[in-house]
Amino acid sequence: MKGALHEEIAGARTAPQASHPLAARLAAGLAAGLLAWPLAALAGPRDDLLAGYSSAAKKVDPSFIGFSASRGDSFHRRAFAGGKAETPACASCHSNDPRAAGRTPTGKRIEPMAVSISAARYSDPAKVDKWFRRNCQEVLGRECSAQEKGDWLSFMFSQ
Amino acid sequence: MRIAYRPIVLGLLAAGFSILLLQRALAGGGHYFPPVGDPLVNEECGSCHLAYPPSMLPAASWRRLIGDLRNHFGDDASVDAPTAARITDYLTANAADSGGRRYGEKMLRGLAPGEAPLRITELPRWIREHRKVPDRDWRHKDVRTRANCPACHVDAQRGYFDE
Ligand code: HEC
Ligand code: HEC
Ligand code: HEC
Repeated sequence: MKGALHEEIAGARTAPQASHPLAARLAAGLAAGLLAWPLAALAGPRDDLLAGYSSAAKKVDPSFIGFSASRGDSFHRRAFAGGKAETPACASCHSNDPRAAGRTPTGKRIEPMAVSISAARYSDPAKVDKWFRRNCQEVLGRECSAQEKGDWLSFMFSQ
Repeated sequence: MRIAYRPIVLGLLAAGFSILLLQRALAGGGHYFPPVGDPLVNEECGSCHLAYPPSMLPAASWRRLIGDLRNHFGDDASVDAPTAARITDYLTANAADSGGRRYGEKMLRGLAPGEAPLRITELPRWIREHRKVPDRDWRHKDVRTRANCPACHVDAQRGYFDE
């Protein structure tokens, strides 16, 4: 079945080129457009997220100058004492390497957090908010600050 | 000729596969609990652990669980009120003592009427089914907790709970 499917796709790609060059170019253009579309559509919500945390961070600390992916990297792996003993770090569930899959204490697989691997992540601000609230409580025993959230997200966006 | 051939083969394959699934569902009836079919419930109740099949608990248990998601076994699993209402509707409609009776009634054996445990793993029937599982299996690093059904039931995600 797999073989047949491949054949079909390969056939669809080459056949129009031979007979209708214009149709092939239109199809190629459409394909490129479809590939670029989700990236362009997602850049918006992600930038908005960072902008929101950035203005919140400035309010707390007027000398705040910007987020740092490397601070986010240390934050991701740092073991905190304030939360649950079972999950001292973000990495306890999300794995040290953000490109690798993680796992909850109850055994559920978590898809990688790095944007380069999981392109659909961080596109729903309510979801991001919900999990920051839960997971920061779980790990630090308190809310994360706007700067901690922005640093952590910057790290994930860079990965 | 070439065109007619492929759909027929695919159709036969699909039909064969459904019969296989149906047979498993009927023959292994005791092992099949239809998985959660609602994307919202899967998203909200299937991120931290398996989205447990609604037919594994009575409706009153699901109501109690959704009633206190802020203190959910030490986690905060809370959702907004409209979401909670939709999840409750789905889980109670398919519970072991309502729409899911056909699959889940046996899970309630040994449970006193009106009892509404918060855990599947506390049901007398569940405990009985697992009494022969050795201690070292529960302590295995890939299991860690009884609530981690898919560690042992590899097809749990699809609703099958045979070994
Ligand atoms: C107890 C396990 C656990 C720990 C510890 C944990 N997370 Fe998570 N996290 C999850 C789960 C489960 C999800 C939801 C599943 C998914 O999105 O794939 C999630 C999702 C998220 C999301 C939403 C992602 C999206 O796609 O929108 C963010 C943001 C997040 N976590 C941040 C953190 C941060 C920051 C920490 C450390 C302070 C952390 N998490 C620690 C389990 C955990
Ligand atoms: C933030 C993570 C999280 C979310 C979201 C979550 N749960 Fe849980 N759930 C847990 C934890 C932790 C346990 C305890 C697991 C253990 O005993 O090891 C648990 C246990 C359970 C159990 C008992 C399992 C047993 O032992 O039989 C049920 C039933 C349950 N959850 C239902 C739900 C439902 C319904 C939802 C959606 C409304 C939900 N959960 C969402 C974390 C979560
Ligand atoms: C450590 C491994 C392990 C874990 C974890 C586990 N089970 Fe089981 N389960 C078994 C074994 C082994 C059997 C078969 C017992 C026998 O036949 O003696 C079984 C049997 C069952 C049966 C009976 C099947 C039937 O109808 O005959 C059900 C239902 C079931 N498990 C559900 C669950 C659920 C739900 C969970 C999670 C809440 C779970 N199990 C977690 C190992 C496990």
